Formats: sequence, C-alpha cells, structure tokens
Amino acid sequence: MNSLILRTATPFLVGLTVLFSIFVLLRGHNVPGGGFIGGLVGASAFAIYTINEGVAATRRAMIAHPVAIAGFGLFIAGLSGVASLVFGDAFMTGQWWFPAFAPDLKYLSTVVLFDIGVYLVVVGAIVAIIMGLEETE
Amino acid sequence: MEAAFSIVVGALFAVSVYLLLSGSLIRLLLGIFVLGNATHLLIFVAGRLMRNAPPLIPDGLKVADTVIANPLPQALILTAIVISFSLFSFLLVLAYRAYQSLDTVNTDEMRDAEPMPVPTILRGSDV
Amino acid sequence: MFENAGWLVVWPVLIPILGAALAAAAWGSERAQSTIGVAGLGAQLVASIALFTHVWNHGVVAMSMGGWQAPFGIALAADTLGAGLTLVGSFVGLIVALHGIGTTDTAHRRAGFFPLLLALMAGVAGAFLTSDIFNLYVWFEVTLISSFGLIVLGGRREQIDGAVKYAFLNLIATTLLLIAIGLLYGLTGTLNMADLSEKVASLPRDSTLETVALLFLVSLGMKAALFPLYFWLPAAYHTPLPTVSAIFAALLTKVGVYALIRVFALVFPENGDMARDAMIWVAVATMVLGALGALAEQDIRRFVSFTVVSGVGVMVGGLAIGTEKAFLGTVFYFVHSIMISAALFIAAGMIAQAGKATRIEELAGLYKRAPFLAVAFLIVGLSLAGVPPLAGFWPKVYLVQAGLDAGSAVLVAGILLSGFLTLVAVGRAFSLIFWRAGEDETPIPDAGALAKGSLGGFAVMTLVIGLYAAPVVEMSSRSAGELLSPDAYIKTVLGKTALGSPSAARAEDVPTAALSGLKEETR
Repeated sequence: MNSLILRTATPFLVGLTVLFSIFVLLRGHNVPGGGFIGGLVGASAFAIYTINEGVAATRRAMIAHPVAIAGFGLFIAGLSGVASLVFGDAFMTGQWWFPAFAPDLKYLSTVVLFDIGVYLVVVGAIVAIIMGLEETE
Repeated sequence: MEAAFSIVVGALFAVSVYLLLSGSLIRLLLGIFVLGNATHLLIFVAGRLMRNAPPLIPDGLKVADTVIANPLPQALILTAIVISFSLFSFLLVLAYRAYQSLDTVNTDEMRDAEPMPVPTILRGSDV
Repeated sequence: MFENAGWLVVWPVLIPILGAALAAAAWGSERAQSTIGVAGLGAQLVASIALFTHVWNHGVVAMSMGGWQAPFGIALAADTLGAGLTLVGSFVGLIVALHGIGTTDTAHRRAGFFPLLLALMAGVAGAFLTSDIFNLYVWFEVTLISSFGLIVLGGRREQIDGAVKYAFLNLIATTLLLIAIGLLYGLTGTLNMADLSEKVASLPRDSTLETVALLFLVSLGMKAALFPLYFWLPAAYHTPLPTVSAIFAALLTKVGVYALIRVFALVFPENGDMARDAMIWVAVATMVLGALGALAEQDIRRFVSFTVVSGVGVMVGGLAIGTEKAFLGTVFYFVHSIMISAALFIAAGMIAQAGKATRIEELAGLYKRAPFLAVAFLIVGLSLAGVPPLAGFWPKVYLVQAGLDAGSAVLVAGILLSGFLTLVAVGRAFSLIFWRAGEDETPIPDAGALAKGSLGGFAVMTLVIGLYAAPVVEMSSRSAGELLSPDAYIKTVLGKTALGSPSAARAEDVPTAALSGLKEETR
C-alpha cells in the first residue's frame, strides 16, 4: 500500500502497539487484559507492518516463522499446566512463587506463563493468517 | 427483556438461514457469520440477562455480596467467538482459493470433486 | 508428588497437544517434524494403554482441571468406553502416521502434515475423554480446524472443491451443536455431563427438552454423517491424500457417533423420545442408502466413503435400541469400524496408485500385478461386509440379536440388507478391479514397506479380532454395562466416590489449594 501518512506513522505505531500489547499481557491477571487480548493487539501491530512493508519484510522482522512462534507458545502454555504435577495438584492448577526478596511480586506463576504462551499463539496464528491473505493478493 | 432478545435471536437466525440457502460462497460466508453471532446471543440469553452488576467480585471478598451477572455464558461466548473467528478466517481464505482455482463462487458450478456421472455399461465379455 | 491417578486421563490429550506444538515450533524442518509426529503418537499410545489398564483394573478415572471441582470446573473422565476408544484411536493414529511417512511427499510435510495430525489426535482424544459438554464442543472444533488444514494439503482443484463443502457443512453442524448446548445450559444451568444426567432427569418431559434432544441428534448426526445429512461425506472424503482420508474416516465421523452415544446414554436416557423414535429410522436409512451408494459408485475412493456412511448407520442403530446387548454390538462395531475405515482408504489409495486410475471401470487385472494388495483388500472388504470369521461379523450378530430381542424388525432387516448389499458391492469392486483380465500384466513396483505394512497390519488385526473376539467382547460388554448404569461415572466425575480413591482425595484438598492460591493473590 502506498500512503504517505501510513508510511510515516508505521514505525511509531508498530513500536507503541507492541509495547502496549506487552503491557496488556502483563496486567491481565487481575484486571482486564491478558494473553489473548494482548496477542490481538500485538498481531495488529504486525498487520499494520505487513500492509505497509509487505510479507517478506514482516517475515524478516519476526525472525522465526509465525507458525513456529505459535507452536512455541502452545508448548509453553501446555507445560505451564504440567508444572502442577510436581506439587501433586490437578492439571492446570496455578502455582505461585513469592520469593523472599520481593513478596509483593505477583508475576512469578504458571498462570502468567500460560498467558505468555497464549500471547505467542495468538500473535503467531493471526500473523500467519494475515500473511496468507496478503500473499494471495 | 429476554423476550425482546429472543426475537432478535430469531430474526438473526432467519437472516442467516436465508443467506445460507444462497448459492454464492460470499453469501454463505456472511450467513455463517450471522449464524455464529445469533448463536452467541442465544447463549447469552439462555444464561439469563442480569443488568444489576458486572460479574466482578469486590476487592477483599471471596464471594460477591450482591446479585451479579452470570459470568459463565460470557466465558462460553468468548470461547465461541475465538473459535468462530478462526474458523471464519479459514473459510475466507478457502473461499478466495476456491475462487482462484475453480474460477467460480457459485456452488452449483463447483463440481470438481463430484463430476456428473457418465454412465458406462460393462458387458459380460469385459468381466 | 506424582501420586494422583487422575493425571492418566490428561496425558493422552496433553501429549499430542505438546507434540503438535513442538512440531509446529520446528516449522520448516521436515525430519524433526516427522520424528516428533511419530514419537508423539507413540507416546500417546503408551499413555492410552496406561489409562486403559488403570480403568480396566480400578474403574472410572476423573480429574478436574485446575482443581476446580466438577460441575463448576471442567473435568476429564475415562470409563471403559472412553479409555478403550482412545486406545484404539491412538493405535490407528500411529499406524496412519507411519503410513503418512511412507506416502506423503516433501511439499505435504512442509505444509504441516504432522502438526495438524497431532492436533487432530489431541482433539479426538479430548472428545473421547471429556465429561463437559461445552468442552466437547471445543474438542470438536480442534478436530475440525486441524482437519481443514489436512484436507487441503496438496491443494488440487478437486480438493479445494471438496474442502469448501466439508468446511461449510461441518461448521454449520458444530454451530447447531453449540445452539443445542446453549439451550441445554439455559434449561439446567450446568454443562458437566454427569451433572446434566441428574438435572435433566428431574426436568419435566416437555417440548423444550424434546427440541434440545432433536437438535443434538441433528447436529451430531450431521457430524457423524447420518441420513439425510451425510451427503457432504462422499463429496469430500475422497479428495485429500489417502492418509488423510484414512484418519478422517477412522476417527472424525466416529467422534460424532461417540458424542451421540454419550449424550443419549448419559444425558437423555429417559427423555428425548422423539429423537429416539427418529433415530432408528434414520439409522436404517443411513445403513441401507450408504450400502446402495457404495454399490452404485464408480470411483473407488467414493465407494469407500459410502461404506463409511453405512457403518455409521449400524452403530446408531444399536444406540437407538439401547439395550445392553445393543450397546455391546455398537461398541464392538465402533472398534471394528475405526480400523476397517482406515484400512479401506489406505487400500483405495494404493489401488489408485497401482492402477493409475480411480474409476472402477478403468481398473482391471490388479490381482496378477499386486497380489498382496488384492488379498488385503479382500480380507478388509469381507470384514466390512460382516463375513465370518472376520471382526465385522461379531458386532452384527449381537446387533441382530438385540434387534430380535427388542422386537425391532426394521433394524434387523436393515442390518441384514445393508450387510448383503455391502457384500455385493465389495464383490463387484473386487472382481472388476482385481479379477477382471487387464491388458497390462507387468508387476507393479512395490508400494513401500510402510504403506503395505499399515494395510497388512489392519488386515491381520481384523482377522485376529475375528478369530479371538473375547477381549473386545469383554471390553464392549463392560462399556455397555457402564452406559446403562452410569452411576460410577457420575459419582467419580462429581467427586462423590468412596474414601481412599484418587478423585475423592482430590475433592478434599484441591479446592482449598486453589482457594489459598487465590487468597494469596488477592492480597
């Protein structure tokens, strides 16, 4: 697509949107947000990038193939459920770790790991779909 | 309130059935989309409408102290939306591929997988 | 640590998910994907064997995900039927994966054959083992979306055409299922099937419940390819790669039939009379029309598609009778049909490859050119038609007996007629393809050890089960007993078992563990 406004705004938009998506991902556990919504926001950043720069540039920017990213995310999400096996709990039971040096840190848990996995699945899958649609044009 | 929503659900189903009966892939796609949304609304109504309070438990409590909306249908709908969204995007790509490789979006003309049968008669001497 | 037996239910579902994830993460590396694919399905088979052994010795196993006690949380549960079908399914999945290594080419594997196959197997195992009806819908969608990916592998024109019909109709079917689930939730306020079983029994037998039961029959019948909604199956199943057709025919329609059995045996055992009355006619029409379709079909792979349709009718016929003997026959036929459908599509793929044609009248003289294929096809085909001493014979004996006991002449006539028609159709296909003298008599180059081995393996299995049917009969009869009196299943899923069993132990400490986690977190 050839639009001066889009071309100028893309670098700022993409950077800010990715940053915002990570913010949404991390705040997600107790307030609105989370891996899925964060992933959608992140994928929209790559969508803007793809519309402006083309599929090949996005592929370079993502380093790994989007499907591989989604697979990696699914693997993390699955493993986060297995962690409870070690503690004798049921599958997918959340496990928290409150380290002595930072007892108020609420992010060291399998739940956040699961959310990160979901984030990667959503980003990978949606970017793969967008690339598929763009390539057939 | 539920009666009004039920009528809306019924109207949406009617629209989707009308679209699904069409022979064009694009209308079929739209029909699937409306069908999905009608279903989500149906689950929402089936879970009873509650407008007093959002399904959030106040800080410091384990159980809500007032009547709150039923969160389960919302969770079901969210799941269903995610699924129907991904399936719809697949169908969109598939319909586009079908248009490219079959050169038609009319379902009556899509007969590659099921060509019209050409009757052949096998004589006894062939067997 | 590690003492929770409930984990046995999780592994057959989780292993293929993790395998699919790893295989997708190794995108672009064919060799790694093939290794992960076979290793993952092998591990799933081991996990299913472990689960089945435990269920066989100790009864129903259940686990609530995240420790959220059923009916509020999602529970996975395995009784003899669920565990047995998971075992047979993962066995067939592994063989089909090996067949896939032997027959798919680089382009197919690059496009994600193994990640999709693993995801499909995860969905199938999940559908067999879940005890939550909305979760069942989610597993249906998991199988559906991975099957979408598999059906277009290769991307030939007729594949796209078949995929359009398959995708649209199956999506409508699962949406109808979702409507039925939503209405059932509105009536009962629960989604757990064990809980539904108790709640639905206490509801008045009115038109709302009848409508919901009929909606379940229509939507699941569409997935299972029942009359009159089976037309999508012969339109699509012959188009993808033979390996993909084999796994679809073996497991996808069967998941629909399994869900019908679960829903009507557990949730609507007393209610849903209209659906039950309709079911027997639908089943008989399906089995007879499927066999007639097979008899009339000129394309070898579409011939196999129609026989799959016919088999679905036989299973649902047993469900419609609903006695212990009928369920025994249904479950036995289920096991038989999973293997035979895969074997027939593998054989059809090999015939098409060997004779370089798919139309039966263009194929001839293959007996001299490919004797192994001829013998294997004959064994599998005769087992399909229900000829003794092959595996397909026994379930039909039980079903006919059940039909006679229940005084259902129409089912008995349907099973016998469809068996006869299938025999004629198999005989016609065999004599035209193999016995008819052909012009070309040069031997066909070997199809490859993996392709031959997978077909031969199924042929031997059907022969062995036919000659030594006792283990399968015992498994089916125990499943039938559990389907008719599901108290143990309900109690285990809802955590009401006697003290000392794993799920009871969990009922005590898991929610508190989860709640203490919550409390910590909300500080």
